[in-house]
Amino acid sequence: MFEVVKAEEFAPLLLLILFYSNMKKLSPILFLLSILLSCSKDDEVYIPQGGDTNEQFSGGETTTFDFSQNAFSLQAPNLNTQEGLDFFVGNSLFNQNWVTAPASTTARDGLGPLFNAHSCSGCHGDDGRGRPPLYTGEVDHGSLLRLSIFGTNDNGGAINDPNYGGQLQDQSIQNIDTEAAFEISYQDITGQYADGTSYALQKPIYHITNLMYGPIANDINVSPRVANQMIGLGLLEAIDENTLLSFTDENDSNNDGISGRPNYVWDVASNSTKIGRFGWKANQPNLRQQVAGAFNGDMGITSTLFPDENCPPGVDCNTLPNGGSPEIPDNNLSHVTLYSSTLGVPARRDWDVTEIQEGKALFNQINCNSCHIPKIVTGNHPTIDALSNQIIRPYTDLLLHDMGDELSDNRADFLATGNEWRTPPLWGIGLIETVNGHNRLLHDGRARNIEEAILWHGGEAEESKLEFTNLDASKREKLIAFLNTL
Amino acid sequence: MRIIKAYLLLSICTITLLSCSDDDSNPIVVTPLNKSGVIENYANIVYKNYQDAKTDAVSLKTVIDVFVATPTDANFTAAKTAWKTARESYGTTEAFRFANGPIDIDDNAPEGLLNSWPLDENYIDYVDGSANSGIINDLATYPTISKSVLEGLNTQGGDANVSVGYHAIEFLLWGQDLTIPSDLLAGQRPYTDFVDGGTAANQGRRRDYLAACAELLVDHLQLMINEWKPSGNYRATFLAENPDTALKNILGAIATLSKSELAGERMFVTYTNQNQEDEHSCFSDNTHRDIRLNLQGIANVYRGSYSSVSGVSLEDIITSTNPTLGAQITATLTLAETSIEATATPFDYAITDAGQRPLVATAVTTLQTLGDKFVEGGVALGINVTIQ
Repeated sequence: MFEVVKAEEFAPLLLLILFYSNMKKLSPILFLLSILLSCSKDDEVYIPQGGDTNEQFSGGETTTFDFSQNAFSLQAPNLNTQEGLDFFVGNSLFNQNWVTAPASTTARDGLGPLFNAHSCSGCHGDDGRGRPPLYTGEVDHGSLLRLSIFGTNDNGGAINDPNYGGQLQDQSIQNIDTEAAFEISYQDITGQYADGTSYALQKPIYHITNLMYGPIANDINVSPRVANQMIGLGLLEAIDENTLLSFTDENDSNNDGISGRPNYVWDVASNSTKIGRFGWKANQPNLRQQVAGAFNGDMGITSTLFPDENCPPGVDCNTLPNGGSPEIPDNNLSHVTLYSSTLGVPARRDWDVTEIQEGKALFNQINCNSCHIPKIVTGNHPTIDALSNQIIRPYTDLLLHDMGDELSDNRADFLATGNEWRTPPLWGIGLIETVNGHNRLLHDGRARNIEEAILWHGGEAEESKLEFTNLDASKREKLIAFLNTL
Repeated sequence: MRIIKAYLLLSICTITLLSCSDDDSNPIVVTPLNKSGVIENYANIVYKNYQDAKTDAVSLKTVIDVFVATPTDANFTAAKTAWKTARESYGTTEAFRFANGPIDIDDNAPEGLLNSWPLDENYIDYVDGSANSGIINDLATYPTISKSVLEGLNTQGGDANVSVGYHAIEFLLWGQDLTIPSDLLAGQRPYTDFVDGGTAANQGRRRDYLAACAELLVDHLQLMINEWKPSGNYRATFLAENPDTALKNILGAIATLSKSELAGERMFVTYTNQNQEDEHSCFSDNTHRDIRLNLQGIANVYRGSYSSVSGVSLEDIITSTNPTLGAQITATLTLAETSIEATATPFDYAITDAGQRPLVATAVTTLQTLGDKFVEGGVALGINVTIQ
């Protein structure tokens, strides 16, 4: 997109040269060029308040400018020709339904036996965000329940439920029982701003019902997770590990009450422990594993990274037809990984409006930017040059933070405790409503809007939350308006 | 904000230019490019093309009504022929997509009701291995088959849950293509699927479904005619727009169709997956026509000529602005036409036969280049064209 902007600025120049090409006189052209250059200089002097020039380019050169329902679905404009084509293959594997084997759809068969969705887009609709179900029994809403019992496995990760595995699948292929269903009830929590305005939050309580494969563990930890928007993920992967480590403050040496730390998680391909970057608890080391894990857990599609079907007890999955071994071959896993890495990040809207800049100043003033780090420069992406050395504005540090007991899921995930969550990137947050028709935020989608999400912050973020509640209504509105431009 | 600044810059400099001209002893007559001529001619092409598409859809509906009333093999064949004819005039209209126009401006626009693809067959009817699947066979959930019911079900629960449009009709007429590509055969649905007591179940509901879809096709094309006719709402908006905005939309549309939709989504994905069901018209094996017609639509827009309509074109103004670039774009367009024409038919054979595949790959590359060239053409006109 940088190139396009340049072209836009050159366009008048081209036109003028064109107009003047009839004149066959050189001096006026030079004269005009000098005027043009002076015009351009004036243009450059225009620096927005806040000092971050080009801050509208949230994804660096991968930034896109479509703010419609397609806002999260565009490919980064700076991909090379082959990547640009492979993106479409990944798109087809991501967006279209996978079907039960055997099928005439040879490229996308092997769904199940247990699954949460028929396609990646079933949860990441329009490459966007899922939400909790609106009614009991609703499927394809874009959230799921992670299951674990206390303790850690050989790789340091969570231990699955013996009967129900690492997540509850609420759909299944024909002739196979669905694992279970779940219901949500909500508890109202009320509070008050310093200026006397009251607010109400809703805390979800999950009840698993219709268990079809025996009892679930007594000490089961249930952690609901919604699907995140897919933008800019390859950029996050391209951030140098040393950059992430520079954000850590595990012992809170600067005494700001905030002590981010990295998760270290199991990397299946290298058979070793790596820094975690993706997932609500940063429990995945890279996008390829995140994608393969989702294919396996959410859709029942095997890959070379996760070759085993999630097979319910009492069912011999070897007797069921499958979509090949593995069901998604490596080249197609690469296509989906490329696709998931290269969805462009929408530009900021109204970033230079005074109220928005004031909202941003408040965001910094109450220390939101300690964890939601506004600007990062990516390092070298191993395979995709378009993602390397980009100045990005993701508003995350990718680190784990204690968010307090109210948000805790009690589920440990590698180094992450029940109270700890990865700082989610905030880019795109103002477009979720446009893309997905809802604005449900936080790991389980309990927050119904940005304001509620802020109010749920606790633990290390308690102080910032309190400062937010001490702001007057107009300042709160400005801060939220700023977030809506991300 | 940047765009506004760019225009401001342009106008400041233009004023400077004019003042320069005043100082000159030989005033220069600056002839503005005939952008409005291009835009008006484009509107005429769009209107004429949608009129033709609707005329052919009405014919299709008439033939389908005959088949539904008298489901014979001959009437079934006539319906399939009429469907292919209807695709001819619709195919070129796809060059009007991606233009911020009424066909696909948002999710409520009719494109998804006309041409949604790919389509999960088992959302509509029985498929191989699942005799009871689909809306047609689900009497409990959908006791009535009607236009409004079917329109409401389109893309419910997933993009591939397509209930209406050309491809729904195509599936009803041809059925799944379970043949091997080298046999060069399309889907083999028997006409007796529509005969009471014939093959498959729920023949009457299948007839109702087919008739409702044909009628909806006409309804939705009429919406486009309402927008683009001389007194049409969108036509007025379009002609009143800043000419550069209109040209940006027109050029961006054919660049997007060429590079993203056609080269990427419709050809390269199918080429890579070698999967018949990724083809645009997979049931009828008519994808090769879709591809050729899409490119024809692009050429119509660029050359400013369709059927009896002809006028000032993008090709004219880009070539007069930058003759070298103009010649390059024209040559690339011709090369794209040659390379598409060289690919084998039907398309499932072109993507699966080892000897034919390289021709598809070449065509994909040429279409990508064409899309990029259109962007360059925009730069020549001072327009920032984006490919979606």
